[in-house]
Amino acid sequence: MKKRDARVGILFAMPWILGFLIFLAYPLIASLLYSFTNFSILRPPKFIGVQNFNELFHDQVFYTTLKNTLLYVAGAVPLSTVVAIGLAMLLNTKVKGMAVYRTLFFLPTLVPMVALGTLFLWVFNGDYGLLNEAFHKVHVSPPNWLGDPTWAKWTLILISIWGCGQAMVIYLAGLQDVPVSLYEAAELDGAKAWAKTKHVTLPMISPVIVFNVVMGIIGSLQVFAVPYVMFPGGAPARSTYFYTSYLYDNAFQYQRMGYASAMGWVLFLITLALTMVALKLTDKHVHYEAN
Amino acid sequence: MSLSNQPLSQSHRSEKQFKIVAAHVVLVLLSVLFVLPLIWMLSTAVKPIGETMTTPPKWIPSQFLWSNFGDAIAYDSKELGYIPFLVYARNTIIVTILAVGGAVLSNSIVAYSFARIKWPGRDTFFAVTLATMMVPFPVTMVPTFALFKWLGWVGTFKPLWVPAFFASAFSIFLLRQFYRTIPMELSEAAKIDGCSEFRIFTDIIAPLSRPALMVVALFTFMGSWNDFLGPLIYLVDQKTFTLSLGLQAYQSQHGGTQWNLLMAASCLVILPVVVVFFFAQKVFIQGIATSGLK
Repeated sequence: MKKRDARVGILFAMPWILGFLIFLAYPLIASLLYSFTNFSILRPPKFIGVQNFNELFHDQVFYTTLKNTLLYVAGAVPLSTVVAIGLAMLLNTKVKGMAVYRTLFFLPTLVPMVALGTLFLWVFNGDYGLLNEAFHKVHVSPPNWLGDPTWAKWTLILISIWGCGQAMVIYLAGLQDVPVSLYEAAELDGAKAWAKTKHVTLPMISPVIVFNVVMGIIGSLQVFAVPYVMFPGGAPARSTYFYTSYLYDNAFQYQRMGYASAMGWVLFLITLALTMVALKLTDKHVHYEAN
Repeated sequence: MSLSNQPLSQSHRSEKQFKIVAAHVVLVLLSVLFVLPLIWMLSTAVKPIGETMTTPPKWIPSQFLWSNFGDAIAYDSKELGYIPFLVYARNTIIVTILAVGGAVLSNSIVAYSFARIKWPGRDTFFAVTLATMMVPFPVTMVPTFALFKWLGWVGTFKPLWVPAFFASAFSIFLLRQFYRTIPMELSEAAKIDGCSEFRIFTDIIAPLSRPALMVVALFTFMGSWNDFLGPLIYLVDQKTFTLSLGLQAYQSQHGGTQWNLLMAASCLVILPVVVVFFFAQKVFIQGIATSGLK
């Protein structure tokens, strides 16, 4: 019986065992090997030792894209986390028409990246953009959203807030899991709204926050489609040229697959490091329910 | 004690009412902020081209050009000899249906194995599975491309949907959490009745897990419908483009962008997703909640 269980279990897990081997383990090892080669898709890989890494660490564009990407992560992750949690709390109140509100806040997440990028090119446009019109109305001269290297990055960070719907839904689900009895107990103790948020809500959803923040970091490190559509070539002055865009260009524009693989592994290590830091920093503050 | 109870609960009630009104006000203001760009998109979609670039921006067009939607669909069809929008739509639907089907089938059965069957190494492998969520796509991009190239799949839809049949860490995790909330006694009783593990899965557990399966379906649907990098890498011929990739054609071709047509096409792309979400949102959020994503 036990032996049969094991066989059935492994058989049922087979799609993922294969998927894990073919689409994760193999590419991960292969890209490590490729990173020590000179490899274009037309010619077979040729071993060149650590030359790719050597070049990478002297590549100014690499540092530029890395810096851009880290700045983007540092801006986009905290901002969209705060907004997503705030919205989820609002959406968790029991008022009429919730289905409509939920759909409205989630809508932007459903917009394809290309449409989103072009739409925002226009919202932020210096001549006939919507946003600048609003600025003019209150007699404040707007920044050059798309043309100024510093502001272009902020434009992208602001856009990322608009797409926080997926995280928001996960927070909302987490909020619905918080037992009502805890709030009732807090109210009996005379807790006001802020105290309830701080001592009940946030601790109870802290595992969800950690999950979303970590996924947010991993996702933002790979930012690609929106800047690719909005700022071809990473203009202005490469300020919106991100890590994945440069990696993509190396792999598919310059046919430097070995170099791209080296970049991929460096990104992987950065992702691991940042995830570990995030988990370590939050470790003490996270409240896991006994299972 | 009982005397002071009455007025307290009344003030409590009016406080509640005030909170509800306040919540509505904030929700309306914020949703306006979130939806304004989309309304702008819709308004542009029905404008004559001359009104798309005016200062100040015109919210309500002088005439509603509903024909823009028709023009957006027919865009470029004379030059190409076929109607690109419909071709893109067909391609997207094919890829999305296959990906969603594959994801639901594979993840539901794999998660079942992780949640409800004991086998050696299961928990270690599950921990490894969770850790794979940290692997960024760009790391595996090059070897995966080389693999598909070797299989002769570049230029076909296969790279975009075949992987979905091999499950994914996030969906396995989500479904496993849900399956674990279903009492084991159900399975044990069925086993005594002579049900095989597969029958228990198809006849008992899967039907009970509809909300969680729907979450997986919806996430996969959105991911596949909006995927940009995948089609960008693997699709070569314009005839095989998906909508998200094809939309770019409106932007770059013929120099000046036909904003109104681009926006009309974008509206058409978003519409099915919005309708699906509106009707599915309650089950969707319940599904995430009960699968206890934490």
